[in-house]
Amino acid sequence: MLNLIVRRVGIAIPTLLTILVISFLLMHAAPGGPFTSEKPLPPQVLANIEAKYGLDQPIYKQMINYTFGILTEFDFGPSFKYKDRTVNEIIAQGFPVTITYGFWSFIIAVAVGIPLGLFAALRQNTKTDYFAVSFSITASVLPNFVMAPLLILVFTLWLGLLPGGGWNDGSWQNLVLPVIALSTSYTAELTRLSRASLLEVLRSNYIRTARAKGLPERIVVLRHALKPAMLPVITYLGPMFVGLITGSFIIDSIFSTGGMGYFFINSALNRDYSVMLGITLLFGGLVVLFNLFVDLAYGWLDPQIRY
Amino acid sequence: MLKFKGTRFLAVDDLDIASGDEMKGRSLWVDARIRYAKNKMAVICLFLLGLICLFSIFGNVFAAYTIEEIDWSVLGMTYEKGYPSFATGHYFGTDEMGRDLYARVVQGSRISLAVGFIGAFISTFVGTIYGAISGYVGGRLDGVMMRIVDILITIPFMFVLILLLVVFGRSILMIFVGIALFSWLGMARVARGQTMTLKNKEYIEAARAMGVSQLKIIIRHIVPNLLGIVIVYGSLMIPGFIIAESFISFLGLGVQEPNTSWGALISEGAGTMTYGTIWQLAFPLFFFTVTMFCFYFIGDGLRDAFDPKDR
Repeated sequence: MLNLIVRRVGIAIPTLLTILVISFLLMHAAPGGPFTSEKPLPPQVLANIEAKYGLDQPIYKQMINYTFGILTEFDFGPSFKYKDRTVNEIIAQGFPVTITYGFWSFIIAVAVGIPLGLFAALRQNTKTDYFAVSFSITASVLPNFVMAPLLILVFTLWLGLLPGGGWNDGSWQNLVLPVIALSTSYTAELTRLSRASLLEVLRSNYIRTARAKGLPERIVVLRHALKPAMLPVITYLGPMFVGLITGSFIIDSIFSTGGMGYFFINSALNRDYSVMLGITLLFGGLVVLFNLFVDLAYGWLDPQIRY
Repeated sequence: MLKFKGTRFLAVDDLDIASGDEMKGRSLWVDARIRYAKNKMAVICLFLLGLICLFSIFGNVFAAYTIEEIDWSVLGMTYEKGYPSFATGHYFGTDEMGRDLYARVVQGSRISLAVGFIGAFISTFVGTIYGAISGYVGGRLDGVMMRIVDILITIPFMFVLILLLVVFGRSILMIFVGIALFSWLGMARVARGQTMTLKNKEYIEAARAMGVSQLKIIIRHIVPNLLGIVIVYGSLMIPGFIIAESFISFLGLGVQEPNTSWGALISEGAGTMTYGTIWQLAFPLFFFTVTMFCFYFIGDGLRDAFDPKDR
C-alpha cells in the first residue's frame, strides 16, 4: 500500500508541474501582453506596470516566484484586467458556488446511477433492466449543454416551476436545474458501467462456486460480487470529477450561477491571463488530488493491484 | 474493406492445405460485417448517420440562402415571420439575425461531423503507432512512453484546449490541434495492451525468426491486427470529439462567425428560446442528439462485430 501511495504521488507531482509549465508558457507565448490595448501605452508607463507585476524578470524566475507564492501563501497573484481584484478574491467568490452544485451533482450521479445499474444487473431482462438501459442510452446523448436549455425550456418557460437562473445564495430551487443538467450524463454512464460490470462478475467462476456451495443469493451478491464489480465504476469517478468541473463552465454560463466557470470563461474571453492561470492550476491540482484518492481507493479495493 | 488483403486473419486451422480443399477462409472483415449486419439497430443507425453526412455535404444545394445572407424582411420579427416554412425558403426558419437556419444547420453539421471524424482519425493514427511501438519494444522505452501517457492523461484537457484557443486565437483549426494533442492517449493505452498479447503469437515469432526488422513487424504485422479493436475504440471516441467541440463552441470559444457548429447553434437557440423561437433550438438539438444516438449504436454494433466476446 505504501508502495502504491509513493508511486501515485510520484505521478501526481510531475503532472502538476506539467500543467504549471504548459499553462505558464502558453500564457507567455500569447501574442500581445496583458496590457496591450488599442491605444498603445507610453513605453515608460508600460515598463513600470510590467515591473509592478514582475513581468520584466526572466520567465523562469516569474514561474518560480509564482509557484512559491501559491505554495507558501496560497497567493495566485492579482488579476491583470481588474486592477482592484486578486485571483484569490475571485476564487473566494466563485469556488463555494461551484463546489455546492458540483458536490450535489456528484452525490446524485453516484446515489442514483450506481444503485440503478446494480438493480438492473440483478434483474436482467426485466422491466427494471429495460428502464435502466433505456435511461442510460437516452441520457448519454444529453450532455450538460443540451440538458440545460431543455430543462429551462420545460421547467421555467413552460411549467414555470423553477427559476431558470441565478444563485440566490444556493437555495434549493436554484440548485435543482443546474444539478440535474450537470449530473444526468454521468448518472447514465455510472448506470451503464455498474450494470455491465456486475453482469460480468456474476458470470465468473467464483460466483458459480459461491452459489454451488449453497450460499443465499443475497450473500453471494453482497459479499462476493459487489466489491469486484465496483472496480470499473471507481475508475470512472476520476474522469467524472473532471467532467463535473468543466461542466461548470456550461452551468455558470447558462444558469448565471456565478461560479468558477463564469470567471474562467470571462477571463478566457477577456484574455485575463492571471485569472485563467490561477483557475487552471487550482482545478488541475484538485483533479490530480482526486485522481490520487481514486487510485488509492482502487488499490485498497483490488488486492491484485501491486506495484 | 477488402483492400486489407494482407491483413487477413486466415483461419489456418480450417484450411486443410494438404488435401487441397477449396475452402475459402473467411476474413476477419467478412466475419465482422456479417455480425454487424445482424445488429438491426446498428444497421439502422449507420443508415441514419449516412443520411446526416449526406445532408451535411450536399444539403446546401437545396438551401435558398447562404449562411451569411440576412433576410431583411424577417429581421426583427423572427417570431412572427421567421418560423420554418417552405413558402419563404427558410425550411428550418431563421435565426435571430434573419439568417437562414437551414443553411446554418448544414454548415454546422459539416463542422461538427468533421471534428468528430478527423479527431478520430488523428487520434487513431497517432495512438495506434505509439501504443504498438511501446508495447512491442517493451522494456525501458515502454516504461518511459507509458509514464508520459499516464501524466498527460490526468491533465484536464478542456482547460488546456481553452488556453490554446485564447492564446493562439479562436479557430476551428486550433480545436483540431487541441483535440489531436490529447485524444490519442486513450488509444495508445488500448493499442499497447493489445500489442502485448499479440507480440507472443506464433506469426510474430515467425517473422522475427525470418529476420524481419522491428519496425516492419510493427507496421506490417502488429498494426493491421490491432485494427479491429482500434476501429471499435475509435468509433466510440467520435461522439466525445463532437461533444468537446460543441462544448467549446457553446461557450463562444470555438468556431467563429459566420461559421457555426451544433454547439454554437444550440447556444444561440438556448439564448433566444425565451422569445418563443423554439425552432432555433430544436433543429440543431435534433441533429446533435440523433447523431449521438447513432454513434452510440454503431459503436455498440462494431464492438459486437470485432470483439465477439459473449457479453
